[in-house]
Amino acid sequence: MTRKAFLLAALGAAAAISVAAPAHAQTEIVWWHSMSGQLGEWVNGLAKDFNGKQTQYKVTPVFKGTYPESFAAAIAAFRAGNAPHVLQVFEVGTASMMASKGAIKPVSEVMQMGGAKFDTSVYVPAVSGYYTAPNGQMLSLPFNSSTTVLHYNKDAFKAAGLDPEAPPKTWPELTLAAAKLKASGHKCPFTTSWQSWTQLESFSAWHNVEFATQRNGFNGLNTRLAVVTPLHIRHIENLANMAQQGLFVYKGRNNSADATFVSGECAMVTGSSALYGAVKRNSKFTGGISTLPYYPDVAGAPQNTVIGGASLWVMSGKKPDEYKGVAAFFKYLSDANVQAKSHQETGYLPITTAAFKLTEDSGFYKANPGTDVAVTQMIRKTTDKSRGIRLGNFVQIRTIIDEELEQVWAGKHSARDGLVALKKRSDEQLERFEKANK
Amino acid sequence: MTVEKRVRFKSWWLPWVLVAPQMAIVLVFFFWPAGQALFYSVLQQDAFGTSSEFVGLENFRTLFADETYIASFKTTAVFSLLVAGIGLLLSMMLAVMADRVVRGAAVYKTLLIWPYAVAPVVAGVLWLFMFAPSIGVVSYALRAAGIEWDHLLNGTHAMILIVLAAVWKQVSYNFLFFLAGLQSIPKSLVEAAAIDGAGPWRRFWTVQFPLLTPTTFFLLVINIVYAFFDTFAIVDAATSGGPGKDTAILVYKVYFDGFKAMDLGGSAAQSVVLMVIVIALTVIQFRYVEKKVNY
Repeated sequence: MTRKAFLLAALGAAAAISVAAPAHAQTEIVWWHSMSGQLGEWVNGLAKDFNGKQTQYKVTPVFKGTYPESFAAAIAAFRAGNAPHVLQVFEVGTASMMASKGAIKPVSEVMQMGGAKFDTSVYVPAVSGYYTAPNGQMLSLPFNSSTTVLHYNKDAFKAAGLDPEAPPKTWPELTLAAAKLKASGHKCPFTTSWQSWTQLESFSAWHNVEFATQRNGFNGLNTRLAVVTPLHIRHIENLANMAQQGLFVYKGRNNSADATFVSGECAMVTGSSALYGAVKRNSKFTGGISTLPYYPDVAGAPQNTVIGGASLWVMSGKKPDEYKGVAAFFKYLSDANVQAKSHQETGYLPITTAAFKLTEDSGFYKANPGTDVAVTQMIRKTTDKSRGIRLGNFVQIRTIIDEELEQVWAGKHSARDGLVALKKRSDEQLERFEKANK
Repeated sequence: MTVEKRVRFKSWWLPWVLVAPQMAIVLVFFFWPAGQALFYSVLQQDAFGTSSEFVGLENFRTLFADETYIASFKTTAVFSLLVAGIGLLLSMMLAVMADRVVRGAAVYKTLLIWPYAVAPVVAGVLWLFMFAPSIGVVSYALRAAGIEWDHLLNGTHAMILIVLAAVWKQVSYNFLFFLAGLQSIPKSLVEAAAIDGAGPWRRFWTVQFPLLTPTTFFLLVINIVYAFFDTFAIVDAATSGGPGKDTAILVYKVYFDGFKAMDLGGSAAQSVVLMVIVIALTVIQFRYVEKKVNY
């Protein structure tokens, strides 16, 4: 090696080190999130990409456990005076965050502080509407959003003599398909994840009826559940009958049914569109995605489904310079190219219409059939009954719904009694929340 | 002959200094949190504690107006009795047998003590896997035996599952104490009984068991406390309180409302109720059960 080459190499190494080491003038933005595994890599990639593109700010993502865990950790940190700048909160925590006015800083305000022109109309309405206050102010930045779809096993459909390219579109069709699957020897024709989200919340929006009064809680805290209607009773009764006949097999709360679909044990599952990635990577069969089933005789169905997932909240009490950094980072996250890439990589919904167009133009949906189902279910004009759901004490309410529906699936309660009971108990929670947040 | 057992200190401050570290620990780790629980139980706060309102006994009133909360007292009683009862019986049996083993005794003892090192949540997951309706080893065997195991919808099955996990987790602890208790019984007593013609069962019942009562009593208190307080992670991992509320024991609801649902006031009120129950139970045990103990 010549002297010159050695010098060059040394210089190069020094340059590499100076790039890697954080400059002292950099402002650090701490971001707590709940994305593990592959999704964790995605989050770290976003931060790294942002940090590489500019030198003023440095975003540090920190994995803080599951959604409830990071939420609890942030609350403890806030009470102790060292909350992170940015916190990823799941959709059921939205109302609690909104009610904690002193703890958060609305995204609209943060963006204005950053001097960035903030146009909320670029966001997909069904997504941004979920996180927007009644006065039109956007409170948090939609980050990873998914919605409810029907996943089905194409191989199992073939084996049962069903057309794998014609998935059931309606509940009567789904019941028939389940019966055929059972006749072909399938032990678990249909199951569901997130039963409250898929069978009651999204179900209501999809049929353009309210899940809770006061426009699903968007218009005020004096909201109460609105699920004791002939339509809801009919649907839960239907599922209960399917459960008795072995067509619907209950696989547990939250997303525990997901694994039974990926393993091939269950042939159909209603769940999150974000399950797509896991099916593609880990299953031994060809998976298909279809829209959430509906009842064809209901006027207005299908409308749109509601989102799940999480958004990014900015915590209060930080320095103006740090808020500028958050604004810059959020601007980066909303960029159409970044969005489109995230959407294609993770299966989460694009949060801006531009990102959807970009993905469509790139031919991604054609190359990966089924990935557009969730998007087309969402990119529609929403009605005031389908905009989203905003309830206080939603974590408890979801659990109450789980508990009462389990009694229905077990055959201990009728569909009607179950819905009446879950409404009564949920309404108590809503009343309590209303009182505490006057 | 009376022997003066008490140690007398000349200085008045030395005893206080000597108990000070222990007192400090008790104050910081027991009295302070208990005081905090009492304090929060009369407040209603938003999740981040930015607004806080004194509500008096409102949190308690809400609790006792909730039928499902009342029902969970029964669930807790069933669960705690089963866990303490089965746990004590099983570990006493194991200890008596391990005490009689001559060859490979160390191996048996080590294996029996192992589960104690397992975290409750891991114990919950472990048993959950074995009993998973479709993939679990045990549920597979049960199905072969004609029992359709489904703890997701069958409340009795779910209760069996968490009792098993909770007992398994605690057997080691009980075993250790029983074994130590058995080994401290003078050999001569047991041998004398044997010479008098008493069989193993009679020797156990008339000689060893009465001498074990202090240990048994201590373990009874510990196990009740364990079942009441330390089992929420097992419930959380194995059943999440379901199906319905069939396995939602009191402490699980404290954990759920406080750490998942962020209702600190309600959770604090529940922990105060729980605290009162356990204090009452302990007092009862010391007043009535202890009379039957031979020291």
